[in-house]
Amino acid sequence: MSAPQKTIAQLAEEYGLAPNEYQVLLDRLGREPNQVELGVFSVMWSEHCSYKSSKKQLMKFPVTGDRVICGPGENAGVIDIDDGDACIFKMESHNHPSYIEPYQGAATGVGGIMRDVFTMGARPVALLNALRFGEPSHEKTKRLVKGVVSGIGGYGNCVGVPTVAGETNFHKGYNGNILVNAMCVGLAKADEIYYSAAPEAGHDVVYFGSKTGRDGIHGATMSSAEFDDESDAKRPTVQVGDPFAEKLLIEATLELMQSGAVAAIQDMGAAGLTSSSVEMAGKGGVGVELDLDKVPQRETEMTAYEMMLSESQERMLAVLKPGFEDVGYRIFQKWGLDFAIIGKTTDTGHLVLKHHGETVCDVPLAPLFDDAPLYDRPWVQPELHPALGTDEVAAPTSWNDAVLSVLTCPDMASKRWIWEQYDRHVMADTLQDSSTGADAGVVRVHGTEKGLAVTSDCTPRYVQNDPYEGGKQAVAEAWRNLTAVGSRPIAITDNLNFGNPQRPEIMGQIVRATDGMAEACRELDFPVVSGNVSLYNETNGVAIPPTPTVGAVGLLTNYDVVTGFGGAAEGDALVLIGETKGSLGASIYLREVLNREDGAPPPVDLKLERKTGDFVRALIEAGELTVVHDLSDGGLVGAAADIALASDVGMELDAGEAVAHGFYFGEDQARYLVAVPNADELVAKAKAAGLTAAVVGKVGGTDFAGKAASGELFRIPVAHVREMHESWMPNWIEG
Amino acid sequence: MSAAVIVFPGSNCDRDCKVAVERSTGEQVSMVWHAETELPKGLDLIVIPGGFSYGDYLRSGAMAAQSKVMQAVKKAAEDGVTVVGICNGFQILCEADMLPGALMKNSGLKYVCKPISLTVANKDTRFTKRFGDQAEVVMTQGNGDGNFFADAETLKRIEGNNQVVFRYVDNPNGSVNDIAGIMNEAGNVIGLMPHPDRAFEAELGSADGATFFQSIYDAL
Repeated sequence: MSAPQKTIAQLAEEYGLAPNEYQVLLDRLGREPNQVELGVFSVMWSEHCSYKSSKKQLMKFPVTGDRVICGPGENAGVIDIDDGDACIFKMESHNHPSYIEPYQGAATGVGGIMRDVFTMGARPVALLNALRFGEPSHEKTKRLVKGVVSGIGGYGNCVGVPTVAGETNFHKGYNGNILVNAMCVGLAKADEIYYSAAPEAGHDVVYFGSKTGRDGIHGATMSSAEFDDESDAKRPTVQVGDPFAEKLLIEATLELMQSGAVAAIQDMGAAGLTSSSVEMAGKGGVGVELDLDKVPQRETEMTAYEMMLSESQERMLAVLKPGFEDVGYRIFQKWGLDFAIIGKTTDTGHLVLKHHGETVCDVPLAPLFDDAPLYDRPWVQPELHPALGTDEVAAPTSWNDAVLSVLTCPDMASKRWIWEQYDRHVMADTLQDSSTGADAGVVRVHGTEKGLAVTSDCTPRYVQNDPYEGGKQAVAEAWRNLTAVGSRPIAITDNLNFGNPQRPEIMGQIVRATDGMAEACRELDFPVVSGNVSLYNETNGVAIPPTPTVGAVGLLTNYDVVTGFGGAAEGDALVLIGETKGSLGASIYLREVLNREDGAPPPVDLKLERKTGDFVRALIEAGELTVVHDLSDGGLVGAAADIALASDVGMELDAGEAVAHGFYFGEDQARYLVAVPNADELVAKAKAAGLTAAVVGKVGGTDFAGKAASGELFRIPVAHVREMHESWMPNWIEG
Repeated sequence: MSAAVIVFPGSNCDRDCKVAVERSTGEQVSMVWHAETELPKGLDLIVIPGGFSYGDYLRSGAMAAQSKVMQAVKKAAEDGVTVVGICNGFQILCEADMLPGALMKNSGLKYVCKPISLTVANKDTRFTKRFGDQAEVVMTQGNGDGNFFADAETLKRIEGNNQVVFRYVDNPNGSVNDIAGIMNEAGNVIGLMPHPDRAFEAELGSADGATFFQSIYDAL
């Protein structure tokens, strides 16, 4: 007995096409599609592939600059890092799959973002990840953290690319939708970049890598829908990764490129064979015809629909230059991977698929590729929180407890349990990583004196309370972190994680956050070169906190000057460069000590941000600063404690006449804390540059201590701070 | 000195080993693909690098130990050529029976990546002479299967023969007798879990790995 056949219109709804979109499809096609054609359209028009709700917002970003070789629209962004070298990077989310199956979801997120980078000709040299989990007490959180971390490590460690930096937040807003954003940074030669646009008709289209199976079918559509209590049932749509195959694929792909065989190339990511063939042909303005019988298959009797929608991992599609077939076969035989010519480019402008000798799909490429429905979704201005004065925020009743609460809360506690599971040193070029104490990861550009600084940043609680200022802050903090290690910030990749854009209040967050990001990118000459949008991060109608993650890259022309938190010495003065107003709205102090999440986040003065950063960077480049930390979460207490812990020294801080809790915990932007032997000279230089700078304490002893005009406020042995800071995570997760 | 690094599918420290030996000794290092049946003539040093050979899918190092090139490596070792296995290379040498014992899953059941302090357990080897009286040696390590194990009888033998070359100061993985690196009885084959190939310049956190390779160079 078989179930009654569904009509194509019913299937359209099941595949995630809205009724109006299905109508557009009928109009464009002039007939009813068959099931394969419907599958192809539904994934290409999914939010994930088409950016239909976000495209208009993304157009606001500055995407060009002196160092931009290739901006958004390709597999990843490409920037010029001098001497004929290029850096290729991108960040991408794997949120939905990671919630359903954390190990494989996170692992394939890492694999996917690496493919985006080496598809363009780069050897991956650094990985980062930005993770947001639900509150630690939530029943699913531990399992998700364990799974995601071992998935990221399991994949990246095996492939042999160091995971050098990242961030982890916990908040109940992510209880039903965790965020797993992975970033990959690669190195290439500026004149050897590979693009996806297929050249003229008549070239062979070649498939290589792993075989195609039934995993991940309709993954892109799943990633474009909300969750509900039944989401666990979607587990079969999560892909399964094989990092060994990825390692072989990297080597084989780079070798194929070296041989001169590659005319165009595209990895098979979301929507697999469908999106890769459509992208290549669409961008090249040609047609493509594929014979699906030639696709290497892992399972028997796969249908055309299954092959086109499969998201099996570690696969690539390329257009070969004529005469290179044998070279390709030889290289892939050496690496033990499949290599098959599965079709050719045509002049029809159509995507034509043959299976068992029959034409199973014949549709024009234009509507698939660049004619997806676009939405200018209605939005409302987000409700903004009013600014909080220090008098509206209670001072701590016990300062020692408050300082420890800030330093050991889940967001601030050491994430050693996480990063010790990541290989941070393979490739032997890592200068700064999660363990060394620095605002950004730094890897050497192999064989040169240059270094690449990499960071990932977003402060969701700021974006929640003021999307515009929060969007600005995410970009500014990334810029500041790159500056604090001595690099020149060059460009960013963005990973926009939001809820359902069909709700006007969520669309308002998207519109205003991207407004803020665009503004910051313009002011800081910090263009967006690649990115990814993840919407519908909702469960049972509850959206995540808006989380526009910023991944960024900076260049050190001579890595000898690289700075970090370690190395502060007895007798050094601690100098705070930048202005302290005591902004406690949406601060860690407010949340962790007073249990409040209200208030406007600290505003970002972009001109001041730039001026302050340029001043600090010039001193680092001149070799005058070695211990530098930006101020962000936890304000001065957070930054000073990081330096004390990394340098293993005590500190005596002094608020002077300032309002003490604003001074110690305020999260005002555009500030850096440095340790120097000679403070007077530095303060004078800062003043001459029109900046605020003041001595806020001295390095020495074995206590982390602070006072104000009223007397001593807190005194905690550094050893105790370390013990508390280090123990939260292992106690929680192993407990 | 003539040196080569063996490259298996899934090796990922092959370049690191080449660069580390070249920077430490000033000598050029060649790469040998796993499918080769013969090694370059006149080799003095063979390095089996870290990584995940064959994905480590059966058991770490098990498949690489059966590959064609390992027959040639075994033969070279018997002829006295110096062989260094680092991390996955150590696992391969144990699986190939070129070193005693085995490497099991870390006692904490997790991959652990961190800088590690070692004591030189045997100062009188071709791998350690240059360390002289240096009290501790620092390298980084990163592995999931670094927990060295040998049965009591084997352990007694390798301890009695002074085959233990490095010990952990603070054992990260449950290795028996804190063993981080051992050599064969003849003293020309060493396996170690920490990476000298990631610690050959001060800016990488330690240059003790360079001393390790320079010791070998001195001995040739």
